[in-house]
Amino acid sequence: MLSIKDLHATVDGKEILKGINLEVNPGEIHAIMGPNGSGKSTLASVLAGRDNYEVTSGSVTYRDQDLLDMEPEIRAREGVFLAFQYPVEIPGVTNVYLLKAAINAVLKHRGEEELDAMSFLKLIKQKAALVEMKQEFLYRSVNGGFSGGEKKRNEILQMALLEPHLSILDETDSGLDIDALKIVAHGVNALRNDQRSMILVTHYQRLLDYIVPDYVHVLAGGVIIRSGDKSLALELEEKGYGWIESQADAA
Amino acid sequence: MTSTEKELTSLVQREYKEGFVTDIDADTLPPGLNEDVIRVISAKKDEPEFLLQWRLEAYRRWLEMKTPEWAHLHYAPIDLQDISYYSAPKQKQLLDSLDEVDPRLLETYEKLGIPVDEQKVLAGVKVAVDAVFDSVSVVTTFKKTLSEAGVIFCPLSEAVKDYPELVKQYLGSIVPASDNYYSALNSAVFSEGSFVYIPKGVRCPMELSTYFRINAMNTGQFERTLIVADEDSYVSYLEGCTAPMRDENQLHAAVVELVAMKGAEIKYSTVQNWYPGDEDGKGGIYNFVTKRGACKGEGSKISWTQVETGSAITWKYPSVLLEGDDSIGEFYSVALTNNCQQADTGTKMVHIGKNSKSTIISKGISAGRGQNSYRGLVKVLKGAENARNYSQCDSLLMGDKCGAHTFPYMEIKNPTAVVEHEATTSRIGEDQLFYCRQRGMSEEDAVSMIVNGFCKEVFKELPMEFAVEAQKLLGISLEGSVG
Repeated sequence: MLSIKDLHATVDGKEILKGINLEVNPGEIHAIMGPNGSGKSTLASVLAGRDNYEVTSGSVTYRDQDLLDMEPEIRAREGVFLAFQYPVEIPGVTNVYLLKAAINAVLKHRGEEELDAMSFLKLIKQKAALVEMKQEFLYRSVNGGFSGGEKKRNEILQMALLEPHLSILDETDSGLDIDALKIVAHGVNALRNDQRSMILVTHYQRLLDYIVPDYVHVLAGGVIIRSGDKSLALELEEKGYGWIESQADAA
Repeated sequence: MTSTEKELTSLVQREYKEGFVTDIDADTLPPGLNEDVIRVISAKKDEPEFLLQWRLEAYRRWLEMKTPEWAHLHYAPIDLQDISYYSAPKQKQLLDSLDEVDPRLLETYEKLGIPVDEQKVLAGVKVAVDAVFDSVSVVTTFKKTLSEAGVIFCPLSEAVKDYPELVKQYLGSIVPASDNYYSALNSAVFSEGSFVYIPKGVRCPMELSTYFRINAMNTGQFERTLIVADEDSYVSYLEGCTAPMRDENQLHAAVVELVAMKGAEIKYSTVQNWYPGDEDGKGGIYNFVTKRGACKGEGSKISWTQVETGSAITWKYPSVLLEGDDSIGEFYSVALTNNCQQADTGTKMVHIGKNSKSTIISKGISAGRGQNSYRGLVKVLKGAENARNYSQCDSLLMGDKCGAHTFPYMEIKNPTAVVEHEATTSRIGEDQLFYCRQRGMSEEDAVSMIVNGFCKEVFKELPMEFAVEAQKLLGISLEGSVG
């Protein structure tokens, strides 16, 4: 699915990623944890193709293609989805409008027939139920006046609609209360299957109680310093990032 | 400028699709302005004496006036002696049917997508059209259908002859010749325009529209539109305009007057797409327009909606005099300035009657080196008990070389008035664009969607069939050459 090799990237001339290596196979969920400023969100942004993030060396292969060579919209249409840490507001553009434009861009790219208004509405209502989103939210401006939890649910709704091959969830759990977290996790788990892969970028172990990962990686200082299974997250929770960083320094 | 800002700016490099010239023989007056020119125009139109005298008086007043310089606009002075004040395509007079109209003229409107053939419809709706080419009207459709409803819709030059009393009564009654420099000039030399009269209690059975086309070189277009809605009547009217691409600036100085009697409603929509000049600001139309409506009677309503995407210079302030008690004035505006375009536009709402209400929604979009100013006056006179106004002025910036300015004025003479003003300025964010692209939309589609979202409150005021046109127009204006 995704193969990251020795990835280095800079932001404003400053090197943030200093040689990331990661293999993600179909159906796997990888959690990427780490302290603030370790490069977690930078990795998510680089994979999605955000401007001002410059890849200086290394490679990223996605489904046998050079991911870094694709424009952000092409990556999206090829099935790479980023659930944003801070979803933006777009005044005057209704949520349904954006959702319909998004799904049709993907369908068109695949050479499939675009959805008409009727079939789209039917589909979106079904998906909205999955994240317990009231229909009125569909007709409000994109993220306009949404609470933190509503914005995150809206991200999962988009993910459910687009059915991506690879989802990158950038601190989707931050700012969520426990009820909202459960709803989001339920939405994510419902999408889980042996073909879809996910990368969960998170600061806390809490999310992983609800979305159980196959692998946990610890990112610090721009490199993955340790990888393990879900028990690594629990160990981290107990001992803190300081423990693992000092271990890495010693090594 | 960051890379994204550069891309954004290139996104708004428009291609002006209406910039062609129709090759047609024209009867054009030599450049220059004096009393003889005015007499010739009046004679060509075969006008009654009263109108000639009215023109001459306006001209004499104009001679004493000075070009207004208070607007936030910068341009070289216009040499008014270098302009021709009359140009008409040569064709047979008194056309009875489309068959007699020069096919090159029909082709021109065809190319512009204007339905001058009654069989053609615009976005599925039948619309009556008055097509004005330089200084004359070439065709007016659905006159018969409309006259069966009692509605008069004809070129002003025809109304002068057929309904001289109505014209005499209302022409210049809302915008007097001496109102300002450009209205005085227009009153002296105006050559065409539309006249609409909706009788008592009649709801106009279809949308009316006038389409203005400047074609001839070195000419100015000075049209004048007069709409009178008698008691309890309703009319929705739209004007559109385009011009060829030329290196010289051309002057367009129009006057529009609206009269709404008791219980009447006039909805006036404009989609202004004059040639804006090239990327470096060469050429383009200088658009100096005076538009004003009077809500004469109780409960009358005038609503201006404008989408201004063209012209090198735009100077216009569609206004409402709220004379009647419980009368309503509205102004909805989208103004886009790109490249070197400048716009100074807004409205005046003058509250005279009791319980009069006004709403102002202005959306300015600036891109390239465009300068966009909102200038508005809310005036509440002493007798206007319980007057209400709500104003909202939003500006959207694309790139870092453009400008947005807001000049709201208020003169409140009655303590019961409630006047609200809100203003915002935002920039199309890299974050918004990236968000949309991450959902699979192209950058162009994303910009167009964000801009349309920004303008939504105004677009929803346009008649349905024209809202589609306006959206398309903004789409074209924002269409670019992203590699």
